Amino acid sequence: MSTPLPSTSAAQTGHATFRHFPLNAWFAAAWDHEVGRNLLAKTIAGKPIVMYRTTKGRAVALADACWHRLSPLSMGKLRGEDEIMCGYHGICYDADGRATFMPAQETINPSATVHSYPVVEKYRYVWVWTGDPALADESLVPDLHMNDSPDWAGDGKTIHVNCSYQLIIDNLMDLTHEQFVHGSSIGHESLSESDFEVTHDERTVTVTKWMHGIEPPPFWKRNLQDRFPDYEGLVDRWQIITYTAPSTVTIDVGVAKAGTGAPEGDRSQGVTGTVINTMTPETDSTCFYLWAFARDWCLDKQVITTRLREGVSGVFFEDEVMLEAQQRGIEANPGYDFYNLNIDAGSMWTRRVVQRLIDAERGTDVEETTERAGNAAVAMTAVTEAANAAGANDTPNGTGLAAEVEEGVARHREQPTVGLMGRGL
Amino acid sequence: MAATTHKRWRKARVLDVCEVAEHVRQVVLEPEYLEAPAPPGSHIDIGVYVNGRADIRSYSVVGMGAYGNELMLGVQLARQSRGGSAFMHALRRGQEVQITQPLQNFPLNYGKPGYVLAAGGIGITALVAMGKALKVRGADYRFVYGARSRSLMAFVDDLVAEHGDRMDLRIDADGSSLDVPALVDGVPEGGELYVCGPTPMLDAIKAAWAKAGRRPADLRFETFGSSGRFAPEPFTVKIPRLGLETVVSHDVSMLEALEACGADLMFDCRRGECGLCQVKVLELEGVIDHRDVFLSDAQHEVNDRLQSCVSRVVSPRTGGLSGADGQPAAVTIDVP
Ligand code: FES
Ligand code: FES
Ligand SMILES: [Fe+2]
Repeated sequence: MSTPLPSTSAAQTGHATFRHFPLNAWFAAAWDHEVGRNLLAKTIAGKPIVMYRTTKGRAVALADACWHRLSPLSMGKLRGEDEIMCGYHGICYDADGRATFMPAQETINPSATVHSYPVVEKYRYVWVWTGDPALADESLVPDLHMNDSPDWAGDGKTIHVNCSYQLIIDNLMDLTHEQFVHGSSIGHESLSESDFEVTHDERTVTVTKWMHGIEPPPFWKRNLQDRFPDYEGLVDRWQIITYTAPSTVTIDVGVAKAGTGAPEGDRSQGVTGTVINTMTPETDSTCFYLWAFARDWCLDKQVITTRLREGVSGVFFEDEVMLEAQQRGIEANPGYDFYNLNIDAGSMWTRRVVQRLIDAERGTDVEETTERAGNAAVAMTAVTEAANAAGANDTPNGTGLAAEVEEGVARHREQPTVGLMGRGL
Repeated sequence: MAATTHKRWRKARVLDVCEVAEHVRQVVLEPEYLEAPAPPGSHIDIGVYVNGRADIRSYSVVGMGAYGNELMLGVQLARQSRGGSAFMHALRRGQEVQITQPLQNFPLNYGKPGYVLAAGGIGITALVAMGKALKVRGADYRFVYGARSRSLMAFVDDLVAEHGDRMDLRIDADGSSLDVPALVDGVPEGGELYVCGPTPMLDAIKAAWAKAGRRPADLRFETFGSSGRFAPEPFTVKIPRLGLETVVSHDVSMLEALEACGADLMFDCRRGECGLCQVKVLELEGVIDHRDVFLSDAQHEVNDRLQSCVSRVVSPRTGGLSGADGQPAAVTIDVP
């Protein structure tokens, strides 16, 4: 991680290298179907985490490092109803990360624990709280109900992107790029021409853009024709982008027959979609991008769900190419910085919101994740996955980490007076 | 978090030392810096001088000042102190000490249907912050605090004021001693019991917990450098294979005494948890006072090994052996 930024001025949060993330946050670690009776290793916000489900179906996220010698637990095995067994020397932990079995001894060391991350399953995602567990409040999960509400239909995917999660937020907060990056599908010259409005509060930023009486771009023409097969005319188009800290963006998008009152709130002559985007930092310069597209029309047509998912997937691939190139551009030009424009207002606000969250965390019970630690964690995840994929059961040989030995000092606990309670028992 | 963290040492200034119960002083420290507040259940290590030698002791963090930049400890002057608590009690305002960041071996788990915290005597220091955290979370909890008499109970008035009806004081002198089976029964299914107190209390609770068939991982306890069954007394230790013989005086551990006469022993935790300092017992005159939590009760009974960092030997008479006349305590061992 680059040096922490001391204040929240726009000049600083607008930096090309701004890519910190708060830890007191719910991050979507996976789609619900990805977590099962297998061991899923991922680095979330710089922290190696192993996820699985208990036989009762509860999703669990433990620190992916054994208390004993820090081997990845994800190279181990599931055991019993809710336990995981380290693949190295067999220490078992329950879903709370407490040791339940230790090899070659009859007792269990009371400090044998690994961190169990608070987990919430909501809106088809498994959310993990990476910060102080005492603050893990379920109501802070961003509202993505369209992802599993009967009033909506849709689906999505996960993309692993080699760029900071912040660059994706920037991208989503500014849809001017559609004209240039996505010219063949959703782009339209009116996008870069029309005015937009930005509002914000402590945790959200909203960018609203209306385009009145325009020719619909191909993607939207087709969607509108799902519902109104004969309509060939102009449309009113909207994009209402809502950011929720630290890394979720929902975009209310759609078109309606021009002049039928959509801007005033009557969307009965149109079609509405929600692009659901939630980004989960992996390291400072890589992230998971979980997206979905939900629609409010023709809910019973799976063929449309598939068409939209694959269509949007293609659109996002165009973003991915640009964003990864941008990340490389930033790294290849270490002395250079962004020049922020008016079109970046939405993104600038999100950066300020994030910076304030990070500032508020300074001196609280979350540990700073360093870039090195994050990258090491990712390398470890890769090793684990490779080993798991190969079905290899053999463990790395035991060079281990050097034990921390403090020469010449005793580490006793002070001994309390004998038996304060002793007599009573 | 729960993984063992590297210790990072820093200076701290003593802001205050004051009596909070008989033989118990509260020590308030202001560290030079603090990366993060002390989580409930954490402790710090502090450099002390014992018999003119530098040594390290651990104390639970009872709480932090209103501005989050102070660490409050509670230190009981141990009767047979090896010197650490005497050093702590002699601290004066303005003095400088060396401490680590708060270290966590005893994490509190949120989101359980119910909790019981059970403190015996000075063990309260490990649970005060947990009680506060549970209250803030609106958790369902009961806080049991036992001691021989009220005058020995540090922080008791504050705790009663803070926790009201949830506080359950068990005072031997008032005839309301802790009822261990009832304590265990009082932990709801799926709830957790956090214990910090002297060995006999912990042993009794562990036994009752096992007897009730409760899930072992739901009983959380911190080992406190167990206080053992007997007051420490000097004993002789011999290692025939190395031709070593030395006396372990009442205020040093067997491990320290052996190190001092040149034995090369392995260790890590030095508080009876890890089992690395284990030695084989070849011959015994007296009774072993096992003070570790590494060996099981059944293993303790066999008396064929002991954890040299904490466990001791007392004379046959102290140990209550029949026909004991005044012979001194001695143990013959072999080491790895
Ligand atoms: S049991 Fe996990 S590293 Fe040894
Ligand atoms: S050194 Fe760990 S039990 Fe003695
Ligand atoms: Fe895009």
